[in-house]
Amino acid sequence: MDRKDHKKKHTSHSVTAKREQVKERVTIRIDGKEIRTEAGKNLVQAARENGIFIPSLCYFEHIDPPLGTCRVCTCNVNGASGPACMEKVSDGMEVEVHTPELKNVRKAIVEMMFSEGNHFCPSCEKSGDCSLQHMGYEMGVYKSRFPHLFKDRLIDFNPKRFVIEHNRCVKCRRCVEEVLTNDGNRVFSFSNRGNETLVAIDYEQEAKLSEEQALEAMRICPTGAILVRGQAFARPFGTRKFDMKSVQKKDPFSNGKKKKKQNGRAKKTIATISLAGCFGCHMSMLDIDLELLDLVEFIEFNKSPINDIKEFTKHCDVGLIEGGCCNSENVEVLREFRKKCDLLVSVGECAIWGGLPAMRNTIPIGECLEEAYLNGITTETGEYTIPNSEDLPKILDQVYPCNEIVKIDYFIPGCPPDAHHIWKAVANLLWDEQYSVLYSEFKYD
Amino acid sequence: MNKETTEIRNPRTQLLDRLWEYQSAKSYISDEDVKALSTELDISQVEIEGVISFYHFFHRKPAGKFTIYLNNSILSQHKGFDRIREAFERETGALTGGIEPSGQFGLFETACIGLSDQEPAALINFYPFTNLNTLKVKSIISALKQGADPADICDPVPDNIRHTPSPDKTLIFRPYQPGNAVKFLRDHSPEEVISEIGKTKLPGMGGAFFPVARKWEICRNQPGDVKYIACNADEGEPGTFKDRVIMNALPGLMLEGMIISGYAVGAEEGIIYLRAEYKWMLTKLEKCIEQFRKMNLLGKNVGGVRGFNFDIRIQVGAGAYVCGEETAMLNSMEGKRGEPRAKRSYPVERGFLQKPTVVNNVESFCAAARVIELGAEHILRTGTKEFPGTKLISVSGDCYKPGIYEIEWGTTVKEVLGLCEAQDPFFIQVSGPSGICLSMKEVERKIQKDDVACCGSFMVFNKSRDILSILQNYSDFFKSESCGVCTPCRAGNFIIQRKLHRIELGLANKADFEEIREWGNIMGIASRCGLGKMATRTLLMAIEKFPEYFDGKIDQKREGLNLSFDMEAATAEYIKFSSS
Repeated sequence: MDRKDHKKKHTSHSVTAKREQVKERVTIRIDGKEIRTEAGKNLVQAARENGIFIPSLCYFEHIDPPLGTCRVCTCNVNGASGPACMEKVSDGMEVEVHTPELKNVRKAIVEMMFSEGNHFCPSCEKSGDCSLQHMGYEMGVYKSRFPHLFKDRLIDFNPKRFVIEHNRCVKCRRCVEEVLTNDGNRVFSFSNRGNETLVAIDYEQEAKLSEEQALEAMRICPTGAILVRGQAFARPFGTRKFDMKSVQKKDPFSNGKKKKKQNGRAKKTIATISLAGCFGCHMSMLDIDLELLDLVEFIEFNKSPINDIKEFTKHCDVGLIEGGCCNSENVEVLREFRKKCDLLVSVGECAIWGGLPAMRNTIPIGECLEEAYLNGITTETGEYTIPNSEDLPKILDQVYPCNEIVKIDYFIPGCPPDAHHIWKAVANLLWDEQYSVLYSEFKYD
Repeated sequence: MNKETTEIRNPRTQLLDRLWEYQSAKSYISDEDVKALSTELDISQVEIEGVISFYHFFHRKPAGKFTIYLNNSILSQHKGFDRIREAFERETGALTGGIEPSGQFGLFETACIGLSDQEPAALINFYPFTNLNTLKVKSIISALKQGADPADICDPVPDNIRHTPSPDKTLIFRPYQPGNAVKFLRDHSPEEVISEIGKTKLPGMGGAFFPVARKWEICRNQPGDVKYIACNADEGEPGTFKDRVIMNALPGLMLEGMIISGYAVGAEEGIIYLRAEYKWMLTKLEKCIEQFRKMNLLGKNVGGVRGFNFDIRIQVGAGAYVCGEETAMLNSMEGKRGEPRAKRSYPVERGFLQKPTVVNNVESFCAAARVIELGAEHILRTGTKEFPGTKLISVSGDCYKPGIYEIEWGTTVKEVLGLCEAQDPFFIQVSGPSGICLSMKEVERKIQKDDVACCGSFMVFNKSRDILSILQNYSDFFKSESCGVCTPCRAGNFIIQRKLHRIELGLANKADFEEIREWGNIMGIASRCGLGKMATRTLLMAIEKFPEYFDGKIDQKREGLNLSFDMEAATAEYIKFSSS
């Protein structure tokens, strides 16, 4: 879109408003459901107004023409697949949204965004208010099917008013089109090409923005890529935008089936381990309140930090893995777990994709070791050694997610995962008990 | 460039030309230049930076008095790219991707430069140097060090037109007389021109095969007085060089096609978007345009048709494969980042500067000019009944006669392989990396729209070439040439590249191949433009068509629960570091 058009657009709101009043009504069908709406209305908007949720990230109702960058709203319109945000409603339009194939495609795109960026939800200021995270919740993304790319990106501290976190940007283009100075000049622009593409900020223009305009820039960013200095604190859990309730009528995690009759519980054996983790997930396991009584009755722990059994003494039904693999010992232990357990579950973000320890993945290991053992501020001068002994495990070049080393059967996200989520999942695996996770129990942070 | 047209042009659309001035003058664009342009055009510096960083021939740091661009396409790789790169590094002292300390030489890799029949090839200050070997590199660099001008010592580029059908069936490469086609306009209406072309069902030659007459007709019927004709001379598909040969051998024919198109749709300005890799032809093309003006084939009352004014200018690109996509090209012509536009309308409705624009490629315009010159009846006698006419094919790779082949539609792949004297062909890539691959079981297939729809590139690989390394080369290409706007293409190509690396290391199992299939399909469904949609097409086809080859790439031992993991490689860096 031309910048000049942009300047015009802001002054012509009232004109378009008048024109909209005389729009004709048309009928379209979304997944077989008939909907009456205005001709020419954006399909995403029309669907939303009628209670049909079409996931989207870059779509922003007053950007016209729409951006069509994120592709999260991919649907079938009159038989052809394409983003819903690019479609204007016309009479007789046939739209498919919730087919298994399309759901899978949309989910894949969101997973791709998580793999491409470096999204460490637990350490992000925008966590809970982040649209990308929200899409993950709504689509039930337990883990990304794609390997994380861990591309090294900068955090730009140069702007006076902003911090630009390139790790989190999904290149939706909202800020490029929407954030303009009063003179109509752009503050953000795409830069580079291919997988090097990033959204750069103009230091000169940025200084011309008013405080409100700056906050607006942070607000329209669907992730935590644009932060206004001093204004970016996370709000407490429960008060954030996407904490408690799904926007869909049907909760994304309810499986819709009736609760199965309990067959009675046989005693089962569980093993647990914390690899490159912080034991936080183990703490969460102990947080299950009254279910602890069930636990004592029906579950026997084998190798686990909970009872401090160091070696497997028998074959186990389920192995719960916390943490990814950061050294050679982690890999060996994980492989043993695979041999000794029928089912393996990755519990928590670190096991699923590396989590916080994987922050080092974008940095060469040599630099990490130097910083930790040679040049760090707490290192005494003269102590020039990097630990190196046959008895010590060897550090891997990256922190690897467990499912890149062995086959993992199930994933429970969260940092740590909600205690009830863990318990429900385990009970399901052991005794086939039906369960549904509540929206508020499903978290990445 | 014509002074008058320059002045009335919107200054913003001249950004690419302005950046070229700086880039050519001192091998890079400095901070001051960016600042000056920002003030002059009243746009943010970051926006200018965005444009500069999109095109790989623009540099923000000095790129050397002699800037060398070595082609890294798969054809070049097979003809000794690595040795040539080493030779350049040794002789110039510059490492690939930078300049040597004195700033005299800069060495960079680039995607296909349209000299696939003469690989390995490089551009030095945008002059072609072909059929390189280490000795030749040595002598080139020493000549440059002694003050030679690349323009004087560059190689002449032969056209290598290897085959044409019988003289009456040859359409493009037949003798050419300027003005023969435009003559027709004197006593025929625009409608008659369009209907004449419509009779031959002439398809667009860029790959989409959209009927040319239909496109022109839609554009003609658009309201508004200002319309444009845009000639896509940005053939970036690796392995294609037919437009290079046309522009070198018959530049006038292309111009005539544009003039006819301008007459047909009612446009007064034509723009040739010339890829920067072909800058060495710029002078020749400009001379041809000048000659056309003198012959009154351009300017006022063109060809004696009263009231028909038409002129042509050239817009030079700056290195971006995706600009071959028509809407990306239009953005680039407007001086913006060459990102494909979101598809809401076609260029014939809203094209250059949002005005109705006909975008056809070089070959399409030439073919259209020949239809008008020879008459539809003549064309209908060539090719097949459903697909009359001829097609230019750029043949390269493992064959004795790489070059341009004008063939009739309906020619079989086998016939082309025979004509070019292919050596032990095994894997054939048609229409470039975003096209399709063929195995030897399919050589009876015909080259035509509904079978092997070849848009120009025809690469032959013999049995000694490793399929995986070919596919990896494609993957690298798409990863760096993606415009970066939509997620499936930007991230997807990167992910696929990593996956292929896993296969290369022998770590992949059957599930990995399943994933490639699934992920490739997702990229196809969800990408924004053809680049992302087509990026994994060959990969998926190759896995389908060469199962024996890929079976050998699967880790057979590790089908169980423990996956392959290369512990030695993963700990090597730590051991190296901690024991030093």
